[in-house]
Amino acid sequence: MAEADESQGIPAPQGDTQLIDTDYEIGQDNLEGSVGPIGFDVHNPVFMVSALSIMAFVFYALALPEQASAVFGWLRPWLTSTFDWFFMSAADFFVLFCLFLIVSPWGKVRLGGKDAAPDYSYIGWFAMLFAAGMGIGLMFFGVLEPVYHMAISSPLGTPSPFDADGNIIPGNVDRAKAMGLAATIYHWGLHPWAIYAVVALALGLFSFNKGLPLTIRSAFYPIFGERIWGWTGHVIDILAVFATLFGLATSLGFGAQQANAGLNHVFGVPISITVQVILITIITGIALFSVLRGLDGGVKLLSEINMGIAAVLLLFVLLAGPTLAIFTDFGKGLWAYAKEIVPLSNPIGRTDDAYRDGWTAFYWAWWISWSPFVGMFIARVSRGRTVREFITCVLIIPSMVCVLWMAVFGGVAIDQVLSDPATSAVKAQVIDNYNPPLSLFAMLEGLPLSSITSVIAIVLVIVFFVTSSDSGSLVIDTITAGGKVDAPVPQRVFWATFEGAVAIVLLVGGGLSALQAMVISTGLPFTLVLLVMCWAILKGLRAEPR
Amino acid sequence: MFTEIMVPVDLRHAEKLAKTLTIAADLAQKYGARITYVGVTANVPSSIARNPEDYHEKLVQFAASQAAMHRLETRAHMIVADDPAVDLNHKLSQAVQELRADLVVMASHLPNVGDYVWSSHGGLLASHSKASVFLVRA
Repeated sequence: MAEADESQGIPAPQGDTQLIDTDYEIGQDNLEGSVGPIGFDVHNPVFMVSALSIMAFVFYALALPEQASAVFGWLRPWLTSTFDWFFMSAADFFVLFCLFLIVSPWGKVRLGGKDAAPDYSYIGWFAMLFAAGMGIGLMFFGVLEPVYHMAISSPLGTPSPFDADGNIIPGNVDRAKAMGLAATIYHWGLHPWAIYAVVALALGLFSFNKGLPLTIRSAFYPIFGERIWGWTGHVIDILAVFATLFGLATSLGFGAQQANAGLNHVFGVPISITVQVILITIITGIALFSVLRGLDGGVKLLSEINMGIAAVLLLFVLLAGPTLAIFTDFGKGLWAYAKEIVPLSNPIGRTDDAYRDGWTAFYWAWWISWSPFVGMFIARVSRGRTVREFITCVLIIPSMVCVLWMAVFGGVAIDQVLSDPATSAVKAQVIDNYNPPLSLFAMLEGLPLSSITSVIAIVLVIVFFVTSSDSGSLVIDTITAGGKVDAPVPQRVFWATFEGAVAIVLLVGGGLSALQAMVISTGLPFTLVLLVMCWAILKGLRAEPR
Repeated sequence: MFTEIMVPVDLRHAEKLAKTLTIAADLAQKYGARITYVGVTANVPSSIARNPEDYHEKLVQFAASQAAMHRLETRAHMIVADDPAVDLNHKLSQAVQELRADLVVMASHLPNVGDYVWSSHGGLLASHSKASVFLVRA
C-alpha cells in the first residue's frame, strides 16, 4: 500500500489558475548526452545557435582587432543617436504599463495561483530584489554620475556650476547639484525597475500560473500560440541569451577596470589591459566555485555577503561625510527627480545630446539587456505575490535603495568638489580628467581611513563581479536548456567561462566602447521583444481568475 | 536486518531504473522492510510536472505501482529544491536522516574520469551517510 509522506512541507494548494493547455513537454527539443565524461542537456537549436554566434563574434574581434575596434567605436554613438527616441519612448511605456497594472483590476491576480503563499518573507524578498538588480553598476557609477551630470553633461540644458577656468559660479550651484542627483536617480529609479518588472512578471505569470517552462518564449504563448515552440520562440530565446551575455560582459568589463584602478590606487598595480585580463580570469575562476555551489550555497550566500559589505560602506560614507547635508541632498534630489522626471523622460525636441544619447539611451539599452537575467531571478523569488504587490515593491523598494546609494556617494562627492575644488580628487578624476574607474576611490580618498575603505571597495567590486557572473550563468543555462533548472552542472561552468572570455575579448578588441556597442546592439531588438511582451502579459492576465 | 529502505528515483528516467527497483523490492521482501521512493523537483515547471503538486501526484502513483507490482509497503517522499542540479546530494543526505532509512538502494553510472571532478550522487551519498548504501551500476 503506498502512502504520501507529507514531511517535506508540500506547498499549500495553489487554488485556481488558468494552466495553458499545450502538448509541449519541457525538454522535448533538448539534446541529452555526454562528451567524454561530461554530460549535457541543452535545447536544440537555442544552445548551438547562441554559442556558435557568440564564438564567431569573439573570433572576429580577436582576428581583426583594429577593424573591430573601429566598428564598435562607430556603432555605439550611431545607435544611441539614431535610436535614442525609441529606447526612451519604450522605457516610458514600461513605466506607464506598470503603473497601469497596479491600479487595474488585474492587480489582484496572484503569481502561483489564487491561494499560493509567498515563498519568502518581505525582508528576504526585498534583499534579493535589490541584490539582483544593479551590482557593479552602483560601484562604478555611484560617484561618477552625479558629479558628471552636475558639471559636464548638462541634463535639460542645466548650466554647469564651473566656468571655463574651473571657478565656481555661485548662482548655478543649487540647481546643478539638484539636477546632478535627479538626472542620476532617473537612470537608477523607476525606469530600470519597470523594465525588470515587466520581464519578471511575464516569466512568473507564464511559469507559475500557466505551467510553461521558465524561458522568455513562454510569455509569448497568448500571441503566437504553439508557434513559440518553433523558430519564433527560438529567436526570442536566442536574443535573450545574447542580451544577457553582452549585458553581463559589460558589467564584468566595468568591474575589471574598476578593480584594476583600485589596485593601482592602493597598491600601485599598473593599469593595463593585461592586468584586467588576469583579473577577469581569476575572478571568473572564483565564480566557478560559486557556480558549483548552486543557488543557495553560492549565489544567495554571496548576495548576502555583498549586501552586508555594501551596507557597511554606505553607512561609513554617510557618517564620515557631511551627514546632515547628505540627507538634505537626498531630499532635494528626490524632489528634483519628481519634478523633472517628465521633462527627462521626454524623447523628442531636446538639445542635451551628451546626456540623452551618451547616457540615457545607453542605460536603457543596458537595463533592457540585463532584464532577462534580473527578471528571471526576481520571478523565481516572487511566487505567491499579487501583481499589485509585486509591481509596487519591485518598482519602489529597489528604486529607493538606489536613490539612497546615489545620494550618499554622489552627495559626498559633489560636496567635496564644490567645497574645495582646487584639492578635490573627485574633481581631478571626473571633471578635469575623465577617469571613471577611479572616481569612487577619489571620493573615498577625501574621507578618513581611505586606505581601508578603498580595499573594502575593491573587495565589494570583486564580490559583485562574482555574483553577476554566477547568477548570469544560471540564467543563461536555464534559457539554453529550454527552461530546465536541473540541467547538468558542467553547462553552467561552460557559460561562466564563456562570459569571462567574451568580456576579455571585448576589452582587448576595443575597450569599453566595444562592450557598450554590443549591449546597445542586442538591447535594440530585445526592446521590441519586451514591447510585445506587455501585450502578451495583458492577454495572460485577462485569462486568470482574480 | 533492514526496516526502512530509501530509493532515490529520477522520474525522468524511470525506464532505466528497472534493475535498481527490482533489487530494492527483493531486499524489502526478504527483510520485511518498507520502501520510500524519494524524488527531487524544483518549484518551477519541469519535464515531469508543471508544479510540485503535480510532481507529488506522479511520485505517489509511482510508489503505488511499485507497491502493487511487488506486493510491498511503499511511500513517496518529495523534496522541493531551489536548485536541484546542485542541491541533490545534500537533500538526499538529509532525506536519509529524516526518513531514518537504514539502507539506500540507488542507481549509479559506471565510473569514469569525470568522477575525479564531479563525484557521482551515489558515491557522495555513500561517503557521507550512516546508512548502508547499495549502488546499482547502470
